[in-house]
Amino acid sequence: MLLSEMKEGEKGVVIRVAGNGALRRRILEMGIVKGTEVFVEKYAPLKDPIELILKGYHISLRVEEAAQITVEKSKQ
Amino acid sequence: MSEKKIITIALAGNPNSGKTTIFNNITGTRQKVGNWPGVTVEKKEGLIQKFGYDLKIVDLPGTYSLTPFSIEEIVARDFVLEESPDVVIDIIDSSNLERSLYLATQFREIDSKVLFALNMADVARSHGTKIDAEKLSNLLDVPVVFTVGNKNEGIDNLLQEAIKLAESDPNEKEKRNVKYSREIENAILKLKTLIEEKAANKIHYNSRWTAIKLLEDDRIVKERFIGKAGKAGEEIIDEVQVLRKNLLVHYDEDPEIVMTDDRYGFIAGIIKEIQTISAKERIDFSRNIDLVLTNRFIGFPIFIFFIWAMFQLTFTLGAYPMDWIESGVNLISSFAGNIVPESLLKDLLINGIIGGVGSVIVFLPNILILFFCIALFEDTGYMARAAFLMDKIMHLIGLHGKSFIPMLMGFGCNVPAIMATRTLESEKDRILTILITPFMSCSAKLPVYIVLAGTFFAAKAGNVIFSLYLLGILLSILSGRLFRSTLLKGVDAPFVMELPPYRVPMLKSLMIHMWDRSKMFLKRMGGVILVGSVIVWALSAFPRSIEYSVDYSFEINRMKESFNMKIAAAGEKDKELLKNERIAAIAEIEKAMNAEKTEKSYMGRIGKGISPVFEPLGIDWRGSVSLLTGFFAKEIVVSTLGVLYSTEGPDDKDALKNALRSSGMTPLSALSMMVFVLLYLPCLATIAMIRKETGSFKWTAFSIVYSTSVAWIAAFCVFQGGKLLGY
Repeated sequence: MLLSEMKEGEKGVVIRVAGNGALRRRILEMGIVKGTEVFVEKYAPLKDPIELILKGYHISLRVEEAAQITVEKSKQ
Repeated sequence: MSEKKIITIALAGNPNSGKTTIFNNITGTRQKVGNWPGVTVEKKEGLIQKFGYDLKIVDLPGTYSLTPFSIEEIVARDFVLEESPDVVIDIIDSSNLERSLYLATQFREIDSKVLFALNMADVARSHGTKIDAEKLSNLLDVPVVFTVGNKNEGIDNLLQEAIKLAESDPNEKEKRNVKYSREIENAILKLKTLIEEKAANKIHYNSRWTAIKLLEDDRIVKERFIGKAGKAGEEIIDEVQVLRKNLLVHYDEDPEIVMTDDRYGFIAGIIKEIQTISAKERIDFSRNIDLVLTNRFIGFPIFIFFIWAMFQLTFTLGAYPMDWIESGVNLISSFAGNIVPESLLKDLLINGIIGGVGSVIVFLPNILILFFCIALFEDTGYMARAAFLMDKIMHLIGLHGKSFIPMLMGFGCNVPAIMATRTLESEKDRILTILITPFMSCSAKLPVYIVLAGTFFAAKAGNVIFSLYLLGILLSILSGRLFRSTLLKGVDAPFVMELPPYRVPMLKSLMIHMWDRSKMFLKRMGGVILVGSVIVWALSAFPRSIEYSVDYSFEINRMKESFNMKIAAAGEKDKELLKNERIAAIAEIEKAMNAEKTEKSYMGRIGKGISPVFEPLGIDWRGSVSLLTGFFAKEIVVSTLGVLYSTEGPDDKDALKNALRSSGMTPLSALSMMVFVLLYLPCLATIAMIRKETGSFKWTAFSIVYSTSVAWIAAFCVFQGGKLLGY
């Protein structure tokens, strides 16, 4: 599933980051690479952006950016 | 120590790694703040003496990587590549080790002398994270020092290690670098050999690093490589293309993407060996705060409260010191008035220099308070949350969530608002925000609305003024979208933003931040604003010899004589009354003289000259002259109107209102004039700030032309449209 489809409090593992150019590279460089475990901490009050926890830190992405990331949802 | 040597130390690291705190601790107040050449990224450096050495500390922009995507990254990388600092200290947030090492491994690859500072290890430890520094040092072959920036611990040790490293032999040991996937390593090796054979003496970069960058298709390195290595370079680039193509087929992915994966893979391996996390689920103080501050229901109300508080502090609390400064300026000017003999020079000094600079320096308290608040937001980590909350809305205009704060401050004063755009990372966002912020109706425009709307709209004045504010917001949104799709086209800056843990801010950092901004503002005073003030003064003070339509001094004398005769004839009781009448009568003549003087000054002549431009807007020559003087500061529009209508001055609003009503101005033309005031060119101080912050004369000129054109068109639509509708 896409990262943007995950709900608050769900966990997943990154399978693939799509998209192109600077944005994709930037997402990878921030540590969202294949095999990284991500936790959906919360959505902003207006449902965009989204706050994630990965590699022990918090990061926010716009929903459209999160839609470039394919994840496998982990069982709780 | 017989001979002193300057050692250059570059401080690098991720944003929020505590880099600025360490820089402030090392350099204290001996900081020089400027811009990196050619770009508007701030450059800070400090020169200190320590352990018998002169140390030059350069604070590189905080970055997550060294790919040439943002100016900050290019600046940081170029400094290391081209200026070859003796040592690069990479400051690593210990509680964020894995991601921090991404940047660290890149510095390692460049082949500069790197030293790691594991900062805030106390915080990491309290979270249950233990780091084996010795192992890290061995694994990467880099000296590692523990520091606690906000407690000033380990700083001396850090500097000692840096000096030791600077003095060491550069090629002591085999460097340990990231190992990439096999095919990539083969390609790197092949390229490296090729570079060493054909272009070794032409390019001063490390050959393995150059090979890696060429394989990653790094635009800047490629250009420089061809530029320096010439024909051999082009041949090598041809080979790079072949290698990249093969790798693309092999991995079904661009090589640079595979290499990013590999770096994180390499880092994950190191992390496994050196970091132990004992706590199961980390107890997170920050997460608890965020449960409230970015809460779905109360996040926004709290945000609005903070912004309201900042606004109130800046403009309401700031009003008191503003008054003090104003009276101080008046005091200086009356003191100067008493000691300097009557002359042209005196006029220049008092009305030009003191008056001009004085009218801008009153913004200093606003700037101090606003930047204190902004530094507080940034240092605590709340700024990132504000952007998180506002991003959805700001994204509609094509802006980043952080643009909200400067735009909001624009309602107070555009000068600090434009300075506040520095908090935006992307230059495009910064320029876009600077261009649309002046449409936020600043507080200096309010007196103009109050007089005009109060005169012509009476009970509806409040609604009219409110609509003006809305019009400004609407036009800024429309302009934002327009610029985003034309002049400042391109992908929006990705909103990949770290939400750093909340931290207790350090007073010292807040003070330094505030002082830097104020210094920058004060420096402007001595330059552009001083010159501008003198020019504006000269335009309104010259020509000196005006041919008045009436001989005012003769009139005054006649009036004096006739009153003197009356006073001499009158009884004791009437004498006082007559004396007062005499003063009033003379003042009346002087007002008429001042009105004529303003009308016939160069400023007045220009105003009259350009009044045909304003005619379709329903603004007469007096209006155009006052709009022209409004360039100096918007509130002056009112006082110029006062002078031109020869009323008692700006304080006596009723007299001005009556004069305005009888001058033939209609509610419609008043509305048109207010719309024009709302939108037309920013004041002198703002323009000086736009020039400074965009770093470009072109953008400044564009801003002036654009806002004035929009103002004219909008006022034209209001006036002519209103006339068509029969108002």
